[in-house]
This record gives sequence, C-alpha cells and structure tokens, in this order.
Amino acid sequence: MTEDASRMGLATWDLGITCGNDTSVQVDRGEPKQRKARQSTTAMVRVWNDQGLVGITSTNDLSTPGLRAALASAQQASAFGDAQSPPRLSPQARDPLTPLHQPRQPTLPMQMLLERLLDAERQVLNGHQAISTVPYNGLAQAQRERLYINSAGALRHQSTTSATLWLYPRAEEAGRKPRGAGAVRLAAGVDDLDLEGCIAEATERTISHLDYAPIDTGVYTVCFSPEAFLNLLWAFGSMVNAQAVLDGISLSRRSSLGSQVASPLLTVTDDARHPGHVAAPEFDGEGTPTRRLLLIEGGRLRHFLHSEGTARAFADGSMATGHANLGAKVTLGPQWLDVEGQRGDSSLSCETSSGVVLIDSLSALHAGVKASQGSFSLPFDGWLLSGGERRSIEAATVAGDIRSTLQHVVACEGDPQCTPSGRSPHVWVEGLTITGEA
Amino acid sequence: MSLCLDPPVTSRLDPLNEGWRPRLEELLTAGMAAGADLVEIFVERNDHLSVLAEQERITSVSPALGCGAGIRVFKGNCDGFAATNDLSGPALMTALEQALAMLGLCRSANASRWQGLAALQDYGSVKEQWLKACPTVPDSAERLREATAALERHGRHLQVRRASYARDWQEVLVAASDGTFARDLRLHQTTGLTLLAADGDHRATISRRDGRADDPHFLANWPVEDVAVSAGRSAGKMLYADFVKAGDYPVVLANRFGGVIFHEACGHLLETTQVEQGSTPFAGNIGQTIAHPAVTAVDEGLSPNSFGSMAMDDEGMAPQRTVLIQDGVLQCFLSDRAGEMRTGHPRTGSGRRQNHGYPAASRMRNTFIAPGPHKPKELIGSIDHGLYCKQMGGGSVGPTGQFNFAVEEAYWIENGCLREDKPVKGATLIGDAVTVLPRISMCADDNALAAGFCGSVSGSIYVTVGQPHVKVDRITVGGR
Repeated sequence: MTEDASRMGLATWDLGITCGNDTSVQVDRGEPKQRKARQSTTAMVRVWNDQGLVGITSTNDLSTPGLRAALASAQQASAFGDAQSPPRLSPQARDPLTPLHQPRQPTLPMQMLLERLLDAERQVLNGHQAISTVPYNGLAQAQRERLYINSAGALRHQSTTSATLWLYPRAEEAGRKPRGAGAVRLAAGVDDLDLEGCIAEATERTISHLDYAPIDTGVYTVCFSPEAFLNLLWAFGSMVNAQAVLDGISLSRRSSLGSQVASPLLTVTDDARHPGHVAAPEFDGEGTPTRRLLLIEGGRLRHFLHSEGTARAFADGSMATGHANLGAKVTLGPQWLDVEGQRGDSSLSCETSSGVVLIDSLSALHAGVKASQGSFSLPFDGWLLSGGERRSIEAATVAGDIRSTLQHVVACEGDPQCTPSGRSPHVWVEGLTITGEA
Repeated sequence: MSLCLDPPVTSRLDPLNEGWRPRLEELLTAGMAAGADLVEIFVERNDHLSVLAEQERITSVSPALGCGAGIRVFKGNCDGFAATNDLSGPALMTALEQALAMLGLCRSANASRWQGLAALQDYGSVKEQWLKACPTVPDSAERLREATAALERHGRHLQVRRASYARDWQEVLVAASDGTFARDLRLHQTTGLTLLAADGDHRATISRRDGRADDPHFLANWPVEDVAVSAGRSAGKMLYADFVKAGDYPVVLANRFGGVIFHEACGHLLETTQVEQGSTPFAGNIGQTIAHPAVTAVDEGLSPNSFGSMAMDDEGMAPQRTVLIQDGVLQCFLSDRAGEMRTGHPRTGSGRRQNHGYPAASRMRNTFIAPGPHKPKELIGSIDHGLYCKQMGGGSVGPTGQFNFAVEEAYWIENGCLREDKPVKGATLIGDAVTVLPRISMCADDNALAAGFCGSVSGSIYVTVGQPHVKVDRITVGGR
C-alpha cells in the first residue's frame, strides 16, 4: 500500500478495513428453515492529492490489484474533493489506546445454534395458545476485525465477537386482529446470551397485547420505555452532531452549547466504551479513540459529537470525539447513549398511574421523523394504564416536537436498563398527541 | 479469522462470462454429489458512484467497487446459504462446503446426477457499453451544481440546497444444478433534490427523488428545472403549514408515489415469504374478494426503464407480468424458488436480493394499482371533508399486517374542493390491509410509477410503486 501510494505520488492516505464472519439460523414451527454464513471484507481508501484535496474509494477486493484499483479510483476522485473544508488525518489517530478487554467468545457450530433456537421457539409457542408462529426469529453470531492505518504511521486493530437472538411471535385469537411483539438480546457470544430472558420477554409482551382496545385520540402524558426513548433520541441525533450544525440541518447551532435543550431532569452521555455496549469500538473511522462524552447535563447542551474536520471548523478548542465514519464527507453519529434521569414527579408510576400511555416500542422512525424540523409522528405499540392495569392499545400514533418533548420530561422512573442502543430509565413526558385507530 | 491484506483473491476485473462455466460446474457437481437436491450460485461484480452537491459545492464523490458470490444449497424443505467476496476457486469451494455442512451434507466421491449447465443465456451482451456511456464525475458534478442553482432560483427562505446522484452498475451470473446459466448487466441511477426552508421557527424539508433503470443518459435528461420548480413551490406551501389534526378521514392519494400504500398495505403480504412464515392474512384467499371491486393490482418486471424491471430475476428466471388482484379478487402470490418449494405457488420471476450477501426471496418489482374510469377531480369532488395526500414519505408493514406511511405534503379537501391554501404537515396514515383494501373505492385514470427502494429479508432492492389517484373512504390519520 505504502509503495503503491508513493509510486502514485500520494504522500498522505489512510485506510480502514472491516472483516467479518457471520453465521445465523432461522427456524419455523419446529423445523430448521434457513442457515446462513457470510464472509465479508470492506476497505475504504482515502487519499490526499498534491493540492490537499481528498478522494476516496471503497472496495471489498483486498488483493494487490484490487487495492491498486481503489487507490487509483480514489486519486481520480480527489480531483473533485471539497476545497472549502477538506478533512485531514486525525491528530489523535496515534494517541495511545486504552484497550477495552473484550474477550473473544468462541463460535458455536451451526447445529448448536439451531438446537438453541428451536428450543427457544418451542418455549415461546408453548407460552400461550394464541401464539401460533414466531415469524421473525434468528440466532446469529459474528466475528469482526477492524483495522485503521495511515501514512503518518497510525495503526489500530480490534477484534470483537457478538451474538444476537431475536424472537418476534405472532398471536391471533378468533375474530380478533393478529398481535405481535418481540425481544432482542445481544452478547459477546452465544453462551452469554440471556436466552431465558428473551423468551420470557417476547412471550409476555406478545400476550400482553392480546387484550387490546382502541384509544381515544387526544393529548396524554406518556411514559417511554427505555428502548423507545433511546430510539427517539437516536432519530434526532443531529441535535448533537457538529457536522449537521455546520450543514445547517441540525436543530442546534454553535451557540446552542450551554442552552437548556431539555428538562433539568435529563443527563445524556454518549459512552461507546460502556460495559453494556456489546462489541464496543475502541476507535472510530478516523482512528480517533472512542471515549465517554457528556452531551446534555441537567438539560443543558454541553458538547457536540466531532470529527477531526468539524473540531477544526468550530475553532473553539473542540477535539475529535471518536464518532466519525470514514468517507469523502465525514459523517458523525452517536455510539451508545447513556441516559440518566432524576425522579421528578414521583406520583407518576407505571404501577399506579391512570389515564396515561406507556409506549413499549416505536415504529417507522425512518419515515415518521423529520430530524431537521424537529417533528415526529410515529406508530407505536403500548398500553393505556389504569391504576397499574395495562390495556393494550389497538393501533395508534404518537406525535410531537422533539424540543418540546425533551423540555416536557416530568419524571424518570426506575433504574436505567441496557438495550442494544444504550441505557435509559423509563421517561415520562407530558402533552403528547396520541391518535387512535377508530 | 485473521486479517490479511494480500489473500489470493480473484481480481474483480475478471469478467463474468462463459469462462466461468468450468468453475461453476465443478462446484455444482460437488454439491450434487454430496446429496443436495439443488445448488444455486450467484456471482456478481459491481461498480457504484455517488456524488453530492451542497449549495454550490461538490462535497462528496464516493466510488465503490465490489464483487462476491452467494451459494445456496437446497435439501428437502431446508436450505443453507454461504456468501463470500473472495472469488478464488478455493474460497468458493469453502463456501460450498459451508452451505452443504449446514444441511448435514459433505463432499463425496459419489457420482452426481445432473446434466450440466445449459447454454449461457446472456441478457447482458447488448449492454456492455452502458457503464462507459454513463456520465463522468465532472459531468455529474456539473449537473448537480445546475440543480442546486435551480433550487436557489425557485425557492425562498432556503437554508440548505442539496442535489445527489447515484449510479449502480451490477454484473451478475447465475448458475444452478437445474441447468440455469444466465448473465445480466443492470444499471440503476437515482437523482435527488432536497431543500430545507426556514423562517423563524417555521421549517420545511422537501425532497424529490427520481430513478431509472437501464438508461445511461438518465442524468443528462433529468428535468432539473421542472423538479426545482416543483420542490420550491412545495416548500413555499409547507413552510407555514399547520400540523394536521388527528382523526379518521376520507383521503385522496395522489398518483405515482401514492402507490406506497398498496406496496406496504398489501404487496408485502402477497410475497410467499409471508406465506411461509404465516404472517399474511391472505394465505388461503386465492379466488376470494380481498379488496374493493374498483381495485386491480399488478406486479411486473417488464416496463422499460422502470426501477423494478429486469431481464432476469436473481435466480435467472425471466420476469413476468403478475396480476395480483383482479376487480378485488386475489389472483396470485409473488414467488421465488424457495417459495415455490415451500408453499406450492409457482415462481413468478420475483426472486430478488440486494447483493451476493443475501439469498434471494420473493419480492416486489414494479407494483401498481391499475387505472380506473374516473378523473382525479371526481375523487376530490366526492369528499366533503378529507385530506389530499400529494407527496408520500416512506412507510413500513409489521408482522401483523399493520402498515403505516408518512405524508410529506397534504392539503385539506372541503366541500369537494382541493384547498391549496390549506396545506398540512405531520400526517401519518395507519391501518391494516384487511380493513383498508375494501375502502379503496375509486381509481382515477392517471396511473404513474415512481422509483423507490424496498428493504426486507433479502436486503434493499430497487422497486417502483405506482397508482392513479385513488380514494380511500376512511383511514386513520395520525397528527397533532
């Protein structure tokens, strides 16, 4: 790579590579259905031409000719690099890295995956007579290796393993609409997966939606489950994204730092290195080490996510934060959100409150969230609470504005729970519009 | 696994052609000798380019080169699938062995009973020059700058102007132990315009996307000025629009991308993957009325240059025109090889996948509601108080058939008149197919298709949705 780049007159370059081996199984009513394995490699080559402009190319061909072709393509692309704000190599790409001590778990034979998934499906099907299928199910395991190198001598390498179990049963009773809900578990390896917890959660959630009723359209106090609240925060991640601020598509501005963007009850940290983050990355796409970053403290915006380029553009002493993806235009995104909440209104409780809506999961965030406008209108699964009794809601949407939603957080309940995308307690919000299906 | 920078990978520059026959036959022979009922190999190379302009600047030029193979082995009702992006002989044999082992099979010296590959059906031979005929990066960049400049001329209060172009060229080779041996070249191109208008607390984001298959001159013929005028006008309307008041309303869905309602509400439920997993309410309903008699729906892969058209599907089968619903009566399901094997519904040339990393599954192609006898104004004129949904956003359908989709631009209908002076935003339509299909009561005569993407079990694929203007007698509109 170095020799080829030198021969092409490319003094500055970097390269990110990801290799993966994935295996997964799926079952259908007691029978194996599909078994899959995938080996994949992806390389992203980035070069700087003699005018300092950047070009990139991605390829999955890591042969010498393949990388040469990618280098040549990236060099051609660099002629069209953005002269106004070209990225540079991250100055932190050679900083010492604190290892995460993630022991690699062994890969299990596919037959063992099948046996465990068949057993899990059997337990779910036996959980209730109305559950006749588990249409979306799977048990997957993955090995990943990541490499980052650059012409300044940076060399990063990380190996991880992960396993995922997902169970989404479908239940149906005569004369009633089919109902469904699911559960997911992640771990470093299949042996570490909380199979029983996933089975119990998928079964209980599905059963809890069998007795459903329509909900009147109106304005409600809403309690978001940890998963639902985190999904909403992720969908509006551009609020804390410095690149989005520079692009003018964020709800925040540079001057927003220090302003009250949420209820004082809320503190949000991005913590890629949290122990609950399975296969957590040690470094980002630019080679910058990941770290814990306070985003919102007591409702005040404290930091943005930064790449090397945005930190330089802000010129306020900011540094890259370990959230960048390698690309012709470097993008940014949260790694793993950690929400801490103060209790607030202690009268609000999932066990005792009445006339309030508990949102279990949100759907269609890709379509119903307008991140640059702040609005959302999303279908959800959930329950209407009445003195601790839960009645499933037939079909409904929740709509609001994220700025108003964050400001109107009135309580946080329970210990933060780990989910695949972060950690959060239940979060109570006043004044959201619920539309019920008549 | 160990990360190695110089493995013996076959160069991506190796063409996929008749020269692959010995390698493929060796693999297929080995698979059949091991006891498989059928072995299928999908090999691909691709060449992707995306370009982004923001305001007057080109801010991203992203080429991507790729190759790989997916090997699928069938035995009884089960299948095993292994994918690799290493196209060397040993790597492909390893992938085959992996797929065989998933089904408890292993290579043996037994004689295999299959007849060898048929003559290559080369759909790509007339398309060899397509990639070279596509616009260069400078040409693309210039066109995108024209587009953002046009937005500047036709919009007000513009905070962000973006124009994008993507070109996806794919060469595929499919070989199977039933003798299938076919090659094709595919070319898909998309353009997009996005603007963000802002005035105080008012904000509106308007997007326009178009796409076309198998037309190297698509970008050159992109009607930039017209699209910019349309987007600018919509932004002007939506910037100060009120949020829609939640409730149940009669709605008129505009043609083109309005077809996403049929795609989400019904189309997915007519794929045999849904029949297999017991998640469609229509599994035993062929010959029964499932929709209003005004509804005839079709899925096909034949319309020239449409995004979901193809010379062959990803299992090497030529596509068909498949009538799904005729006058409200269910006629057919969309089926692939596995769907036919597991459900008995005959293949329809609908086996599709994003790339070699996925086994094919039954998926939609160009899916639309057929035109009816009415004029759009007759649909609007039949409504006292309802909603006109002019531009749709994305949508989805869940495992219980509950669908949803977002409306990007809508206007009230009052006393049979479209109130363009009363735009509303923030609407989400929800429902389920069994309930809503009988409520599509009027179809206009202005059918049109729109390019889109569909994500499902076999990845993200190119599709078109379409319909004429249609009236839904009542649907739940989520809002404020």
